[in-house]
This record gives sequence, C-alpha cells and structure tokens, in this order.
Amino acid sequence: MNTRKLMSGNRAIAEAVKLSEVNVVSAYPITPATSIVEYLSEFIARGELAAEFVQAESEFGAMSACIGASSVGARVFTATCSQGLALMHELNYVAAGLRLPIVMAVTNRQLSQPLGMWCDHSDAMGERDSGWMQIYVESCQEAFDTVIQAFKLAETKEVLLPIMVCLDGFILSHTSEPVEIPEQKEIRDFLPAYKPDADYHTLLDVKKPLAAGGGCPPAFTMEFDYKKYDAQEKGREMLRKIDEEFGDAFGRRYGLVEAYKCDDADAILVAMGTIVGTAKDVADKLRSEKGWRVGVLKLRSYRPFPKEEVLKAACGSKAVAVVSRAISYGLGAPVFSDVATAMYNAPEKPVLLNFIAGMGGRDVDKKGLAAVFEKTIKAAETGKIENEVEWVGLNKNLVGG
Amino acid sequence: MSKPYWTKENFPITPNIRNPAGSLAFKCGQWRSVRPVLDEKKCTKCGICVLHCPDDAIAKNEKGEIEINYDYCKGCGICENECPVKALKMIIEVAEK
Repeated sequence: MNTRKLMSGNRAIAEAVKLSEVNVVSAYPITPATSIVEYLSEFIARGELAAEFVQAESEFGAMSACIGASSVGARVFTATCSQGLALMHELNYVAAGLRLPIVMAVTNRQLSQPLGMWCDHSDAMGERDSGWMQIYVESCQEAFDTVIQAFKLAETKEVLLPIMVCLDGFILSHTSEPVEIPEQKEIRDFLPAYKPDADYHTLLDVKKPLAAGGGCPPAFTMEFDYKKYDAQEKGREMLRKIDEEFGDAFGRRYGLVEAYKCDDADAILVAMGTIVGTAKDVADKLRSEKGWRVGVLKLRSYRPFPKEEVLKAACGSKAVAVVSRAISYGLGAPVFSDVATAMYNAPEKPVLLNFIAGMGGRDVDKKGLAAVFEKTIKAAETGKIENEVEWVGLNKNLVGG
Repeated sequence: MSKPYWTKENFPITPNIRNPAGSLAFKCGQWRSVRPVLDEKKCTKCGICVLHCPDDAIAKNEKGEIEINYDYCKGCGICENECPVKALKMIIEVAEK
C-alpha cells in the first residue's frame, strides 16, 4: 500500500534516499539543505536505513568522502547548496571524470555577495559544465520521484555520471505538500542494488587493482572529455526511457520537459523549478480572461539539455520568453543562452525574450509573470523585442534601468 | 615502450591505470634540469638514497653498488639531501655537443 503524507521538499528527498537504500551519506549541512541530512542521520540512528553517515569537516571533505565511497562501489548521496556547492566545485569535476554515480540534492540558494540564504539558481549554474547531470523539480512529489529516477539513471552503464537533483531553496525545500510514498519492495523492483563494474569504470577492488585520479597526458585527455560528452548525449535518451519505466511502475511521468498548453500557443514562457507552477496558473487565467494563446515550457532536465523537446514545443510559437533565476554577468542569463543555442539553426524560430527574475529570493508572483506574458504576446504580434534583457520586479527607483 | 598505453580496443571511460608499471612508458628523465652525480669514493652503499627516491630511479646492482637510472630521474634532489656522507651532488644539465 502506498502512503500519502504531507511533507516538505527536504523530507521528500530524504524519504526517497532512504527507499533507495543508499550505503553512504556524507555531508556538511548548510541552509536550506540541512534538514535533508538531518532526516537521514535520524533514519540511520533509528536503524531504518543501513548506511554509514560521514559528517565531514567541510563540503570539500563531504564530496571527497562521497568520491571515496562511490569508488568502492557504494550507493552514495549528499546534499548541499550555495557556498557549500561552490566549495565542492573542484571535486565535482573529479566525481564526473571518475564516472561515479553520486546523487546530490541541491536546494538552490544564492551565492554571496550579497550574502543571503534565499532562492536563486546561481549556485547550480556554477556547476553547469562540470559533467554532472542537472534535473530541476517543481513539486515535493517530483523531488521524491526524481531522486529514485536519478540513482537509476546515474548507475546506467551508458551514463555513469553523477546527478544533481535541484529544488528551489525554501520555496520547495521548506514547503509541505502531499507526497505519495511507494512501498520499499516497489522501489527495489524499479531500482535494484547498485552493481558497479570493475572492468568498466572506477571501482577500487583488491582483486583488480587500479590507480584512480592520476595524471593524463594531452594525447588522451580530449578523448576522456568526449566520453563524458557522449554519456550526457546518451543520458538524454536514457532519462526518457527511465522516466517511461517509472511512469509504468508508479503512474507519474515528467519527461525531459513539460509542455503546458504549448500546442496552439503564440507566446511561451520557459522556466525551471517552482516558477513553472505559478506560470501555469497565470497562463490559464490569461487564456480565459484575455483569450491570449499562451503556454508554459518547463525545463526539467537542464543537463543534458532537451534540445529536441524544446524545438518541438516552442518552434511553432511566435515568441518565447525565458525566465531565469540566474545571471551571466556581461551577457544575460545562462538558460536564455541555452534555449537560444538549441533554436539557432532551426528553420523557423520564434522571437526570444530574456527575463531575469527571482534573484536572491525575490518573489516571482502572478503579477510579475502576467507582465512577462504581456510583453511576450506583444513581441509575438510585432515580431520585435523592446529590451535585450528585462529584469522582472527590479526596483527602478533605486537603480534605474 | 613506444607502444601506446591505450588503443581503440581497450580505451576506457576513466583515465584509471589498470596495469602495473604503466609509468615505464613515460621517460620522465627528460624533465630534468639538474642531475645527481655519485662520488663512488665517498659512497658507503648504505642505500638510503634508494629508499628515498620517489621515482624508483636509484637501485643497488648485484654487486651492491648504487646505480642511477637517468631515464626516469627527474632531478628532484632528494637523494642529495638525504645522503648521510654527501656522496651525491646535483649538477646543472648542459646541452650535449
């Protein structure tokens, strides 16, 4: 019997990690990721989860412990965000390069300065090109389900890459929603125990000795980079497949993107994380009250980037607004650049609008998103954009712009 | 030693070293700017330099004499520093004429 309980995003992540039967959790808790590992340490202390909990001396140490544990064949989990994720940066490349299927929850939080503990996507964007996969979730149920999917995807032979499950700090990590929790047996059927392959990637085994983490001359380095690139390319297809299998087993499917009312849309809003839920509400309201044909495209898988899905959903429209919770200083926003890259060679493409919103915990409300849709509908009619980059909710009285 | 370590048939997904003595293929002696030279008159054949060499480039031969393998010696100078009778001295490499 499935149980349905009210729980926060962090609790949902912890429950999923428990049911994934991980062997090692190592962390250096940081707000707002803290309660994920607090719950896990409680599960372990109560004997509900037979895992080793390694309290590290820093996030650098936590990821090092994760790399060590995964290298001996353990199923490994950690959680962090913001400065903690930044401190892991060097090791994140090592985990990806050693092809270790570690799963990490990132409760997206701003980076100092200014110091703050509120939501934006700056932290995970810093790890965008590290080789890790990144999946952004919209609800507590999706957070739970994505952890289960992530372990299966990371451990797939064609992939063997670490994965970040990204959830908006506080907005999702500390908001409670009903979450359906399957039985342990059902999860085990979907996600069997991790069986590392000593002949294939990094596994420290006294019977098959190897030296890991050493130097590599220029004659081979690019080839290993290509292997990682290729694993993400294959990972795109594997995530589609695993998401289908998950849907067959548990009745919930998410896809690499969710195209909400995009089929007939003139204007589409593209976003990741919790903005998507609000945007869907606003789209419904604008459709019924103003008769605007508007849709929402949720990017769930950000790395690998769902190129085909984005083209299919958005290239039939006239204008697309990308609303990002991250900035690329000196250019615009990373998500905008990625959507533009995916579309550039398409024969017919919409006008693209670049919106920066919700930085450092600034609320992204219905009014703000309605204004985004209005500008996008206008661009759909005129085929022109007013400003290269628009800042949603910026107090122009203070800074101009 | 000129055979490539990896080929199309065995190219892995991680740069891990699976076969022992893989570094024999990389003659790192060419990195050296200074070389250790042994004064055999001073040498007591104690073997402390053999134990300290990080590249295993110093060995005792069958007669118990100290031999330096310049194919792999990087010229780090640890042997000179450790030798209790100062029988090893680092000298600057010069181009061969």
